[in-house]
Amino acid sequence: MQKYSIFSLIKNALAYHEGWEKVWRSPEPKSEYDVVIIGGGGHGLATAFYLAKEHGITNVAVIEKGWLGGGNTGRNTTIIRSNYLWDESAAMYEKSLQLYEGLSQELNFNIMLSQRGVLNLAHNLSDLREIERRVSANRLNGIDSEILNTQEIKEFVPIINDSPNSRYPVLGGSLQRRAGTARHDAVAWGFARGADTRGVDIIQQCEVTGIRQSRGKVTGVETTKGLIKAKKVGVVVAGHSSMLADMAGFRLPVNSYPLQALVSEPVKPVLDTVVMSNTVHVYVSQSDKGEMVLGAGIDGAHGYTQRGSLHVIEGQLGALCELFPIFSRLRMMRQWGGIVDTCPDASPIVGKTPIGGLFINCGWGTGGFKGTPGSGWAFAHTLATGEPHELNAPFNLDRFTTGALIDEHGAAAVAH
Amino acid sequence: MLLIPCPFCGEREESEFHQGGEAHIVRPKDPDELSDAEWADYLFLRKNTKGLFLERWVHLHGCRRWFNMARNTATNEIIAVYKMGAQPPKAAINKPPKTAVDKPPKAVGKGAKK
Repeated sequence: MQKYSIFSLIKNALAYHEGWEKVWRSPEPKSEYDVVIIGGGGHGLATAFYLAKEHGITNVAVIEKGWLGGGNTGRNTTIIRSNYLWDESAAMYEKSLQLYEGLSQELNFNIMLSQRGVLNLAHNLSDLREIERRVSANRLNGIDSEILNTQEIKEFVPIINDSPNSRYPVLGGSLQRRAGTARHDAVAWGFARGADTRGVDIIQQCEVTGIRQSRGKVTGVETTKGLIKAKKVGVVVAGHSSMLADMAGFRLPVNSYPLQALVSEPVKPVLDTVVMSNTVHVYVSQSDKGEMVLGAGIDGAHGYTQRGSLHVIEGQLGALCELFPIFSRLRMMRQWGGIVDTCPDASPIVGKTPIGGLFINCGWGTGGFKGTPGSGWAFAHTLATGEPHELNAPFNLDRFTTGALIDEHGAAAVAH
Repeated sequence: MLLIPCPFCGEREESEFHQGGEAHIVRPKDPDELSDAEWADYLFLRKNTKGLFLERWVHLHGCRRWFNMARNTATNEIIAVYKMGAQPPKAAINKPPKTAVDKPPKAVGKGAKK
């Protein structure tokens, strides 16, 4: 692998930038691998990277229907935080945040992690109580989290509307200073480069059409590029998880919805943190290019259209103008949708399936980007050893039968 | 925004409606006899079809009545609207899928179940 540094930059600049190597290979699939990972998004690529790095398993293929990071990895609003209420989620997302903190060095790829803080606003008494409870829970789990009052919020975000006469006045908020944003494409590309260097085959434009089984155990996957044998298969396909479960012959509690995001025209630096509001429901941050990046809730009905309905973003823009009157004449430039796989308890499923050798990592719903490294790290352990790590053991598929749900609805700092 | 043909009021905008999830899930007749797995199936496990999907809707900000709808989740095409308790019209269900992505998944191998 060509190491990226100031020296390689100077060297290549002097050679008119014609000497850069390709970041990853594009091999044809072999007939058999130790592990096949279906889905070349952030989570799948992170799984491949940690399989190679932590467990020394390099005879691995990542199979992607489209292009790397073209699904939800490239469609989210890049927010990273770990201020979740329940112990299981806090452990998982905090592991992820800690991995993110060292990821640029580890991958030798700048993921542009910016720990600019994430501020969750409270607009009524129940919001304030929820924040008090969650901040206390976060602190007990060793996660930095603090409560700000209206005046402190105004000092932290000077452009916010702190008028007590607002329909939904800002009464307070919780702030996680270690939280922030990262470049989402770079996360996918960095993991891909790291995995490819260690010998993982990344196969794009290759769709899985069937899952081969024999006596309740997986034996391989049928793809548009032919049969690929493997005794261990990991399914990491987010919105299309139910389709893969149908192929394999088991059921999932997952429902897929479009989740929309949009960006404005670029403007000068005006917002140096991430502001999220559960009650009026919008979240916003400013990208390095100067665009406001906006998101909110899922659409009202199931769908795979990657578009979504206009009235959903109309609602979030109303909320935005209420919170930040300064944005009222800002023009929106692009809008898109991603298909999110939501679970009844708003927590992911990372673990075994009823079929031997077939593992699943799905159900991250609206908040998967922040979980990317932790998810890959724990799922790699599960694929390598055949058993879940203690980090992802609570996130098993069986919890819907046993009743041990991890209910993060409204408890995870933002409504799902 | 979908334009939904409410069977009682006619076509109205989606924002007047609320979707109630998968249709035709039958409440267990004898809940005491259910195993944990059967409860999980009833409460949580859902069809999440890409293509023809049968779902419940309520005209929340209108007549406030529930009805069923058959919709293609890959294209948002509304195929049929029918009343609660009724079975989906056969013509709608047997209609060949329009796009390649709507093909039902293929079960392969010896152990694969349909």
